[in-house]
Amino acid sequence: MPLLHVKNMTHYFGGLRAVHNYNLGIEPGQIMGLIGPNGAGKTTIFNLITGIYSPTEGNILLDGNNIIGLQPYQIAAMGLGRTFQNLQLWRHMTVLEHVKMARYSKITYGLIGAFFGTPKRHREEAEIEERAYSLLELVGVQHLAGQIVTNLPYGALRRVEMARALATEPKVLFLDEPTAGMNPEELIQMMQIIRGVHKELGLAIFLIEHRMKFVMELCHYVQTLVFGKVIAEGTPDEIQNNPKVIEAYLGKETVT
Amino acid sequence: MLPGTILYILLIYILPIGIIAKLGASVANKAAAQLLNFPMWVSVIIHLGLLYATLHIWSDINAYRVLILRLTLVAIMLTVSLNVINGYMGEFSCSHPGFMALGAYVTSVFTVFLFVDDKVFGDALLQPTLGPFLFPIALIFGGIVAALGALIVAIPSFRTRGDYLAIISLAFTFIVKSLIENLEFVGGPRGLGSQPDWANLPTVFIWTILCIWIINNFVRSTLGKALNAVRDDEMAANAMTVNTRNTKMTAFLFSAFWAGVAGGLFAHVLRYVNPGTFSLQKLAEVLAMVYFGGLNSVIGSMVGAVGFNLLSEALRPLEIYKWIIIPVMLILVMIFRPTGLIAFKELDIKSIIKPKQKDEKVEIEHAVASR
Ligand SMILES: Nc1ncnc2c1ncn2[C@@H]1O[C@H](COP(=O)(O)OP(=O)(O)OP(=O)(O)O)[C@@H](O)[C@H]1O
Ligand SMILES: [Mg+2]
Repeated sequence: MPLLHVKNMTHYFGGLRAVHNYNLGIEPGQIMGLIGPNGAGKTTIFNLITGIYSPTEGNILLDGNNIIGLQPYQIAAMGLGRTFQNLQLWRHMTVLEHVKMARYSKITYGLIGAFFGTPKRHREEAEIEERAYSLLELVGVQHLAGQIVTNLPYGALRRVEMARALATEPKVLFLDEPTAGMNPEELIQMMQIIRGVHKELGLAIFLIEHRMKFVMELCHYVQTLVFGKVIAEGTPDEIQNNPKVIEAYLGKETVT
Repeated sequence: MLPGTILYILLIYILPIGIIAKLGASVANKAAAQLLNFPMWVSVIIHLGLLYATLHIWSDINAYRVLILRLTLVAIMLTVSLNVINGYMGEFSCSHPGFMALGAYVTSVFTVFLFVDDKVFGDALLQPTLGPFLFPIALIFGGIVAALGALIVAIPSFRTRGDYLAIISLAFTFIVKSLIENLEFVGGPRGLGSQPDWANLPTVFIWTILCIWIINNFVRSTLGKALNAVRDDEMAANAMTVNTRNTKMTAFLFSAFWAGVAGGLFAHVLRYVNPGTFSLQKLAEVLAMVYFGGLNSVIGSMVGAVGFNLLSEALRPLEIYKWIIIPVMLILVMIFRPTGLIAFKELDIKSIIKPKQKDEKVEIEHAVASR
């Protein structure tokens, strides 16, 4: 039984069938890639699994438990952490506060602690902070901890989002185009960070990417999505040489 | 008129305060540095004690000053608590007068019924000497009823994202007002009087400090910062394990509770309430104090409430022109500082009680003390 198991998931936006009969199995520690042209439904799949939308049909099991119908915060607390395609950060909060916030569901001091500043709260906040720093260090932005996010460059923000997602202690980390808008140098750095995170924390990763080089180097297994349907899946090598993929996807873009 | 007023304030207040501050600075800094050797609460208590002593001496001169001071403290509670919703959570709530009214009436009924010989409520049931000890319970009870009222607003408002809160909360304020107007046993539109004189300066001062302290604790905790996350990007907050609906409801009830307590104090400061007080004008006043002082900032709200009340008193000699000058100043603040005077600034108690200096010696002492 895979860690995350999606069975025959279909989703309609009104009359538009955005996802059709989608299946997925992610094993612990696996890096799974999802590629496909613009508008194929990749982000929709992320949103469906993380509970933002509820699928029209299908089953989603995490560790064997059905997660359909749960709220996003419940699913996140069960172990699905994510980043967003268009950065979704909190514009008045510092980098450190971002990462601390993602520990919300693990906080035990409760309202009493929050209102009266009990010793338990101070202890717990200090623990959270220490942990947040170590995650920021893992993605290489600990020196920005005190900054408000609106002052930071794009590449740093992507890392902050990643550290924030990691703070939820995910079993599977969902990355929606982690290199969008990055230059080649930042791209290499991001690749190293993802490798480092994977090695350090031993979690499974599910990532959407447009850049082939990135997918081919990182992923153990890749799915190709076109118009909401998986047209091909397999190891990166198999995908790269699959004529259907080349026609539907790679044919239009230069393979970098 | 205007130059005269300004000159008066300058001569009587600003100049002497400036001179004393200048002369006393080095002594005060040394004393503050010494205090760092003690636990923080010692220093805080001493600071608060000095503040209270100053206020007490200043206001002792006449009853009017005491009244204004207590009303200003109540205004601080209202402003700080409304900032939790309109600032920290970024929603627009108009129900503060309603919560205040609930608190004011519930507390008043409680005290008048139990401790005062009254035509409607009959003879006092308990010894008046017990009163001051039960007064906090009456206030908390008023706060809880206000929070229950908030539940009625919160349940439909936070169901989905949208601007429902502004409308529902405004309706709530009107409903509470007309409800009270139609309740004969609390005097209807004529109001309810003869509250015992328990909201004296120390009582109001302590409640205000308590309110600021608790709210400040809350908004600085990660649980409280969830409000900011919900405001800035609710979807991201949800995806980062924040129970957004719960967060909003809790904050709203919490804010209403303090508005209720403030209302209870308000009723006992004036020793008379009528439903007409809790109308649009009250709402405009509280909103003005919040937006003038600064969103998302406890210290901003304190400055807003004090500033607004001081201004309103200082400009009293100008009579009708006051109501031109104050709105103009508000508009200027809105233009040049759209989020208010001191927005997005944390109230850090440590930095207030520590010595402020350019003086190296103190700095070294401080470094030694913190080691
Ligand atoms: N909330 C929504 N309501 C209606 N239609 C939607 C919604 N979200 C996405 N869609 C549509 O579903 C389809 C898939 O969108 P999706 O964002 O999942 O694509 P994607 O593969 O992530 O594309 P990209 O590479 O551009 O990010 C698109 O046609 C899009 O217009
Ligand atoms: Mg997308």
